[in-house]
Amino acid sequence: MGKREAIAAFVDQPGGLIKALHRLQDQSGHNFLSPQDIELAAEVFDLPTASVWGTATFYSLFSMTPRGRHVIRVCESAPCHVVGSLNILSELEKHLGVQVGETTKDGCFTLEVASCLGVCGVAPAMMIDENIHGNLTPQSLAKILAGYA
Amino acid sequence: MRFIRSHILICSGSNCQLRGSLSIMHALEAELIKKGLYQEIRIVETGCLGLCEKGPGMVVYPEGVMYTRVTLADIPEIVEEHLLKGRFVRRLMTQPADGEDKLTPLNMSPFFIKQKRVVLKNCGLINPESIEEYIAAGGYQSLAMALDQYSPDQVIQIVKDSNLRGRGGAGFPTGRKWDFTRRAEGTEKYLICNADEGEPGTFKDRLIIEGDPHLVLEGMSLAAYAIGADKGIIYVRGEYDLSIKRLEQAIRQARESGLLGRNILGSEFSFDIDVCLGAGAYVCGEETALIESIEGKRGEPRLKPPYPAQAGLWGKPTSVNNVETLANIPSIIEHGAEWFRSIGTATSSGTKVFTLTGNVVNAGLIEVPMGITLREVIMEIGGGIPGGRQFKMAQTGGTSGGCLAEEHLDVPMDYESLSQYGSSLGSGALLIMDDSHCIVDLTKCFLRFFVHESCGQCTPCREGTAQLYNIVDKISKGRAAGSDIDLIEKLSRTMQISPLCALGQTAPIPVLSAFQYFGPEVRAHLRGTCPAGICNMKGALANADS
Ligand SMILES: Cc1cc2nc3c(=O)[nH]c(=O)nc-3n(C[C@H](O)[C@H](O)[C@H](O)COP(=O)(O)O)c2cc1C
Ligand code: FES
Repeated sequence: MGKREAIAAFVDQPGGLIKALHRLQDQSGHNFLSPQDIELAAEVFDLPTASVWGTATFYSLFSMTPRGRHVIRVCESAPCHVVGSLNILSELEKHLGVQVGETTKDGCFTLEVASCLGVCGVAPAMMIDENIHGNLTPQSLAKILAGYA
Repeated sequence: MRFIRSHILICSGSNCQLRGSLSIMHALEAELIKKGLYQEIRIVETGCLGLCEKGPGMVVYPEGVMYTRVTLADIPEIVEEHLLKGRFVRRLMTQPADGEDKLTPLNMSPFFIKQKRVVLKNCGLINPESIEEYIAAGGYQSLAMALDQYSPDQVIQIVKDSNLRGRGGAGFPTGRKWDFTRRAEGTEKYLICNADEGEPGTFKDRLIIEGDPHLVLEGMSLAAYAIGADKGIIYVRGEYDLSIKRLEQAIRQARESGLLGRNILGSEFSFDIDVCLGAGAYVCGEETALIESIEGKRGEPRLKPPYPAQAGLWGKPTSVNNVETLANIPSIIEHGAEWFRSIGTATSSGTKVFTLTGNVVNAGLIEVPMGITLREVIMEIGGGIPGGRQFKMAQTGGTSGGCLAEEHLDVPMDYESLSQYGSSLGSGALLIMDDSHCIVDLTKCFLRFFVHESCGQCTPCREGTAQLYNIVDKISKGRAAGSDIDLIEKLSRTMQISPLCALGQTAPIPVLSAFQYFGPEVRAHLRGTCPAGICNMKGALANADS
């Protein structure tokens, strides 16, 4: 399905623009919204381009720059912090050879930090794409990442 | 008809799924088939049992034996020993059992005995994906009763009399909010269920939805009937995949059964529900920001008044209610206001769902009567502090709540008592920290959250959170002076009154309470020492004025 058709169905729904942006980002192949995507959404929703930019840049789940095939979001909120999220983050940085906000050279992973993911019952936690990984230890990371490579 | 002699309830909440509950379920099924027990034992997929830290969990009935941390390797033993021979597998059990047959019933075991389940009444007992099981457990009866016997004003009166206050953070009386919305001018009104759940340490709404989605839908229908709305929206965090799936499925089932749609149960009342997704912004949990977000805009809070009850979604009267608030409604209608007020304290009625996180043995989900003490929650239900360490502090109400110390362990958990100590019930998050942590380092972590999540719209919040962070960062590096602590105090007072919404207004609360109750530890940093040994003090300046 083309992008235009994919988002047209959302026009009359409450919260439709955000659903459309989610869809465009998912279809981009690089987990981001391009200027063309923004233009397209503005046209389909009959909104000024600037206001679609405004919306898209507000939310942390949307990126305006290309990202890796998989986006890793490590929770840095207090409940995860208390049980060692910083060790998880530094182990990931070491393992992937990137800093927070960067993408690995092979384009596989982008490393990000996030606020509470709502899965504190299994802290420390991270999400890779839409999958949750919890009860992380520095030792458990390599195996998890291998599942995505 | 097949005679079932045993039921095995397996938690399929997302915490347990992460620990492999689904593969456990499949293995169990295979083992039962192998042993020829499949006809007489039924496996039921249920919602959260509460012991998330110890998942995956299962309960075997009729005995009511709970097994936790079950692995695939344990399955043959459970089937062989318990289901075939009737002998409990003790090493996996959570409740005490003296002798061969003296089992402490599950609801009498330390984790459950002080709990009272109103909102979570079905969680862990019914299959959340089945509307039939919800109805069999008495579901949708309150809606039928209200449509048949009560006028909308009567429903509002019952909720007012019950003294129910919002469970999303602000604690506003629910009946009054509905009254305002009902009385507001206009025929088009909206009911919004707030399932954005961004407060760090909170995951109750997710587990309520995953464990009993129809309860939330029934609560929404009752609310909509009361305020006169025919359109409802559930705003769910974009990350909550399983919640979204369960809600969409429940909505479909309710429509097919005539419990959503036109002329519900043959009455004049028509109501339908849409699901909206968030996109990663804590501030969108604030009700007016949430409304902006549903309208497709940046989630920036509006200036109030007008309140949503007058002008909310698309400018129409709107009631925004939290998931847990709505999940209380069917029980209140069923059992009455009096019954609800009999639970909890004189001024804080009912139960509260808490999520225990941090350094506590039983991290997970609990529901207790209001007014229970912190000590009971942490030391008894929570099982105390693991690893032989000491309790240091607890933060109630999430990152925007206050920090409490050892001397506050006997404070009752209700709206009034907690606010006396500068904290709040908030969303029900309860973060417990042991003595290995440094108060300054934790405060920095809280503030980093606010710096990230401030929407940037108003100056006191945007600049204030950043400056608070910078000062605390300085303290954590041993580069601050006594005057910096005064500055924090002053800046905090300004922030408590000037920002546009409660995000900025509450951001100083954790800082002020932490600095008040752990003053000596904070001041040690001014002298270049971190008593807990967490902060990096290389490059500390020796300060004379500390
Ligand atoms: C920054 C901020 C975040 C909030 N997040 C939530 C949330 O995630 N869920 C929620 O129910 N209420 C949240 N609230 C409170 C809502 O504004 C609102 O008071 C609540 O949804 C009303 O429902 P209740 O009366 O049932 O509690 C938040 C408030 C603020 C200021
Ligand atoms: S604090 Fe990390 S998932 Fe909630």
